[in-house]
Amino acid sequence: MFFDALPGAISLGLIWGIMAIGVFITYKVLDFPDLTVDGSICTGGAVCAVLMGLGVNAWWALIVAVIAGALAGLVTGIFHTLLGIPAILAGILTQLILWSVNLKIMGQANTPVDTRSTYVIITQLEAGWAILILFAFIAFIVGGLYWFFGTEFGCGIRATGNNPNMSRAQGINVSLDKIVALMISNALVALAGALLAQYQGFADINMGRGAIVIGLAAVIIGEAIVSRISINFAVQLSSAVIGAILYYIVYQFVIWLELDTEYLKMFSAIVVAIFLAIPYWKKTYFRNFIKKGKKPLIGGNADGGASGGAGETPEGAQNNG
Amino acid sequence: MADKVMLKLENVCKTFNPGSVNEKSALKNIDLEVYEGDFITVIGGNGAGKSTLMNAICGTFPIDTGKIILNGDDITRLPEYKRAKYLGRVFQDPMLGTAPNMEIEENLALAYRRGKTRSLMPRITRKEREFYREQLSRLELGLENRLTVKVGLLSGGQRQSLTLLMATMKKPDLLLLDEHTAALDPRTATKVLELTEEITAENKLTTIMITHNMMDAIRCGNRLVMMQEGRIIYDVSGEEKKSLSVRELLEKFRESGGEINDRMVLS
Ligand SMILES: Nc1ncnc2c1ncn2[C@@H]1O[C@H](COP(=O)(O)OP(=O)(O)OP(=O)(O)O)[C@@H](O)[C@H]1O
Ligand SMILES: [Mg+2]
Repeated sequence: MFFDALPGAISLGLIWGIMAIGVFITYKVLDFPDLTVDGSICTGGAVCAVLMGLGVNAWWALIVAVIAGALAGLVTGIFHTLLGIPAILAGILTQLILWSVNLKIMGQANTPVDTRSTYVIITQLEAGWAILILFAFIAFIVGGLYWFFGTEFGCGIRATGNNPNMSRAQGINVSLDKIVALMISNALVALAGALLAQYQGFADINMGRGAIVIGLAAVIIGEAIVSRISINFAVQLSSAVIGAILYYIVYQFVIWLELDTEYLKMFSAIVVAIFLAIPYWKKTYFRNFIKKGKKPLIGGNADGGASGGAGETPEGAQNNG
Repeated sequence: MADKVMLKLENVCKTFNPGSVNEKSALKNIDLEVYEGDFITVIGGNGAGKSTLMNAICGTFPIDTGKIILNGDDITRLPEYKRAKYLGRVFQDPMLGTAPNMEIEENLALAYRRGKTRSLMPRITRKEREFYREQLSRLELGLENRLTVKVGLLSGGQRQSLTLLMATMKKPDLLLLDEHTAALDPRTATKVLELTEEITAENKLTTIMITHNMMDAIRCGNRLVMMQEGRIIYDVSGEEKKSLSVRELLEKFRESGGEINDRMVLS
């Protein structure tokens, strides 16, 4: 019975994997914890479901949903760069805006997608087929992003996330790059939302609640698995998908064990919290470790300080008078 | 030397947190003309406004009054990233000048495109790679064989040398160095400073270098500027500057109410 449910879990994992790639772009590449996604995933689903209800072809509905997601990212980007609102708050504000917008789009809290008499790209009724199509989607997305982040412009976005100070000094328009990255990210998230609506046969105002935690969990789980194997960018992007699949397999397992799935979001949040804490613990713990025993490390040229000292103030570092 | 003015500051003022208890007037009516080919060393006590002056030129924040004219163009209102086209910068903190999670060659490629619109072309070409290798080899740090290593793995001195290369590889109108050797150990600091002099001389770069080291300030460059409480209080060049002694300079410094600390005297 658990194995019967596996194709369903995998296809859900793949859909959320697309969403996780979006989260990867903001959280990992841009270093911007973007909470817009809770709203924009639903926007994608709502736009797609409503358009299909109006008789629009599934592919066109998908494209419009993607554009709607990009616009959501644009709003967050403008809040952050033009209005100077901190990243997390900018995302929360857009999320709240989207709650109303999504309700307005659907006109109700829930909009069905007729998966029987109209053409849908994927549906849970044919999970095996859905898996194949989703794989194609992801291959296309990963390939596209790999190319994009290898261009001059994409490289500028990576630099922006890595060291905005240096980026400005090298003439990179940091605000523009942030906006573009947010738009790409939320476009992908909305794409996931639209596919999800087709797959499950409805869009729901609550479908994005806690999405950021699932996305983060996927990114973190994926990273934990893959980071030791390869640092290739395409592999890292794919790792987010692997993380999402694992997440949904575990989810399915919990259902199979007939445990209370209402706890799942809590567990996800706790897992994410623990994984976020690990680098911090490591650093504090590591420092003491170096102080006590490992002196020779300091003389080497691959100094451990490379990652540690960024927070020190330039002035503070050298006041010895 | 031709007397073309490369940088001109007219009555530049900057007050941080105006109207609050933390109000701090950091630049007070600064007038300065920098001629093409000048190498100016800037000294002054902590909080004298040296870094603020440099940041004002870079456009890190808008100035309250005054004008900044670079190579004949008024850049007072140009955003920081647009000014970058004309400016090379090395910061005091080796962490600030490079992107640690990106490869050495990627960092160089970013710098090589300073001032250029970033297109959807590949971030780096094979031909460039040869050029970078050649440029890196003159640092004599062996980095030419480590093009794809992440910059975060380099030591402070290596990163600072790389940043210097990034700042000068595409010749800037003005090179700004903010105590760029202060965070390095003495031996590395000497090497990076030698490299600085070599590169600036070779490319005839107009340079402003902040330093806390009086000996370096006298020895390097053709002009010396002393700041105190947001003003330029002393400006010498040519023979007069060369013949300065550390003792004289410290005297000047004390006269103007500056505090002397060890770091200024020790070389
Ligand atoms: N962003 C800022 N906000 C508020 N005050 C600032 C800011 N930057 C500098 N100041 C203040 O302006 C004054 C000048 O600072 P600045 O950093 O230019 O000094 P400095 O001459 O570079 O000193 P140091 O030798 O210590 O580097 C100081 O009193 C400082 O506290
Ligand atoms: Mg300073």
